[in-house]
Amino acid sequence: MTSTSTEPAVRHDPVAAPGRVRLAAEHVRLAYDERVVVHDLDLELTDGSFTAIVGPNGCGKSTLLRALGRLLRPSGGQVLLDGRAIARTPTREVARVLGLLPQSPIAPEGLTVADLVARGRHPHQSWLRQWSRDDETVVAEALEWTDMAGLAERPVDELSGGQRQRAWISMALAQGTDLLLLDEPTTYLDLAHQIDVLELVGRLHAERGRTVAVVLHDLNLAARYAQRLVAMKDGVLVASGTPAQVLTEELLADVFDLEARIVPDPVAGTPMVVPVRRLR
Amino acid sequence: MTATLERPVSGPRGRTAIRLGSASVLLRWRHLLVPLVTLVVLVLVSAVSIGRGDFPIAIPDVLRTLVGLGEGPQNFIVLQLRAPRVIVGLLVGLALGVAGALFQTFARNPLASPDTLGITIGASVGAVAALVLSGGSSVGAVLGGFGVPLAALCGALVTGVLLFVLAWRAGVDGYRLVLVGIALWSVGSALVDWLLTNAQVYDAAAAYVWITGSLNARTWDQAVPLAIALAVLVPLALAAGRALSVLQFGDDTARGLGLRLAGAQTAVVLLAVALTAAAVSAAGPITFVALVVPQVAVRLTGGSRPPLLASGLIGAVLVVSADLVTRTALPEALPVGILTAVIGAPYLLWLLVRGRRRSTL
Repeated sequence: MTSTSTEPAVRHDPVAAPGRVRLAAEHVRLAYDERVVVHDLDLELTDGSFTAIVGPNGCGKSTLLRALGRLLRPSGGQVLLDGRAIARTPTREVARVLGLLPQSPIAPEGLTVADLVARGRHPHQSWLRQWSRDDETVVAEALEWTDMAGLAERPVDELSGGQRQRAWISMALAQGTDLLLLDEPTTYLDLAHQIDVLELVGRLHAERGRTVAVVLHDLNLAARYAQRLVAMKDGVLVASGTPAQVLTEELLADVFDLEARIVPDPVAGTPMVVPVRRLR
Repeated sequence: MTATLERPVSGPRGRTAIRLGSASVLLRWRHLLVPLVTLVVLVLVSAVSIGRGDFPIAIPDVLRTLVGLGEGPQNFIVLQLRAPRVIVGLLVGLALGVAGALFQTFARNPLASPDTLGITIGASVGAVAALVLSGGSSVGAVLGGFGVPLAALCGALVTGVLLFVLAWRAGVDGYRLVLVGIALWSVGSALVDWLLTNAQVYDAAAAYVWITGSLNARTWDQAVPLAIALAVLVPLALAAGRALSVLQFGDDTARGLGLRLAGAQTAVVLLAVALTAAAVSAAGPITFVALVVPQVAVRLTGGSRPPLLASGLIGAVLVVSADLVTRTALPEALPVGILTAVIGAPYLLWLLVRGRRRSTL
C-alpha cells in the first residue's frame, strides 16, 4: 500500500505518459474581465484516462474545466483538441467529440427525460436529418444503460436530484463523444447518490472507453474513482499524478490548509483523507 | 426511396419518426393536431367576421367569394371592404404570436414579450410623435411625412436595436434582456405621456386610438406589405426552431451541444423584433397577444417550449375573434386591443388553474 507514502507529487505525470493526448491546455491564462483566475497552466488529458481535478473553493478548477470545454476563451495560451486549436474548430465539430455536463444544469420545465436525452443528438442532426435511425438507437441505448428507460416519459423537473443527474449523464452518453467533462456532478447529492453517479461515470470510462475529466470536491471519492488527480491552488496546478502520489499530508496542508492523516481506504485501497484540523 | 413511418422502439410516446432516404423528422402528433384544428377555427372565425356587418353575408358565400367564385356586389364588399381588415388582424396576430414564442423561449421567461420588453411602446413613441408633432415643428413634419405606420415601424426597430445593444454582454442573457426591456418600456411610456400632454385634443384622441391597437379602416395598403414581411420572417422563425430547442437550455449546455450561441441569439432576437415591428406598424400595439398566446399554445401542445406555428395561429384566432366581438357584440366599436386582453387573460388564468404546470416556461 503506497497510500501513506510521502514521496513528493510529480509534475510529469506517469499515468499520462502512454496514450495519445486528446485534450491539452497550453500556457492557459483564464480571466473573468480583469480578474485573472488561472495563470499559465499546462495540462494534458490522454486517451482513455480518468482525471479528477481537485482543489479548494475558488482555486479555478471549474474555470479550467470550462476552458477545456471551450465555454471560456483563454486570454492567453490555448486549448488543443486532438492537436487542433479548439477556439478555431467549429463548435458543432467539437460537440461531436467533446461532451460536457455543467454544474447544476437547468432543464426547461416540462421537458421529459426522453426529450432531454434526445437533445444530446443535436450535434449529429441537421435540417434534413432530424431523427435518424441512429439517433433513435443511441438514445434508447443511453436510456437503458443509465437505467432511465422506466422514467423516460417523466418531466426532468419532477425527478429527484440523483435521477436528474443520471438523466443528464444519459444525455451526455447519447451525444456519443469520446471525451466527457463533468463539473461537480455530485453537488447536492447525498452520499449514496454521489456513489451512484460516480459508479456510472466510472462505467462510462471502463466499459465505454470514454476519456473523462471531472471536477470533484470530495477527495476520498476522487481518489477512489479517478486514475489521476490534478490538484490546483490559486489558479496554479500544484500536483498531478496517481491518487497515492498526489494525496499526501504535505499537499493537504499546502493546498487545503488542512492537517490530515492519510490512511488506506479499507475497501478500495486508495488513499483516504482523515481530517484533523484546519491550519492557520 | 420509400418513406417509412415508425413508432420509436422505446421511447417518446405520441410521436412518430418519418424517414425518406437519409432525411428524417420526428413528428409530434399534438404539435401537428393543434395547429390544424386552430387553422380550421381561424378560417371559420375569419369567414364569420367577414360575413358580419350592415350587409350580412352567409359563411358559405364568404368562403366562395374568397376563393374567387363570388358575384358583383358581394365581391366588392368581401374583397375590398371587409377582407383587408380581417386579414390585417389575422397577420398581426400571427406575427405577435410567433414573436412572443421567440422572446419567451429565448429569455427562458414567460414574462418576456414585445410589450414588456418595450418594443411596442417604442412603436407608440414613433406613431404618437408622427400624429402629434406633424403640425408643429420641422422634426414633426418629417415624421408626419413618413406616415404613422412607418414612424411606428421605425420606433419599434430603434427600440429593438437599443434593447439588443444594451442587453448584449458577450451574448445576451435572458434576465438582462427583460430588465433592459422594462427600463426601455418606462422611458417609452414617459415619452408617450409627454407627447400626449403637449398635444392638441384632436391629435391626442387619434393617438389614443392608435395606442390601444385598432383594425379600423384597414385596407390592402396595410395588408400587402405586412403579408410580404411575414412571408419572409415566419419561415425564418420556423427555421430557427431547431436552434431554439437547444437555446432553451442554459448557455453552457447549449454551447456544449454545438450551438453557435451568439449567432443564434442575435438571429432570434432580431427576428422577434422585426415581426413585432411589422405587426405594430400595421395595427398599433395590440397588447397581450404576444404575452398570453405562447403560454396558451404550450399548454395545448405540451412540450417544453412554446411551439412557433401553433402560437402564431392561436394569435391570429385571438385577434380576429377580438375584432369580431368588438365590431358586432358590443354597443360601441371598441379598439380591438382592449378585447384581446379581456379574452386572453381569463383563458390563460383558466389554463393556469386547471394545469399543474407552473407559470415558468
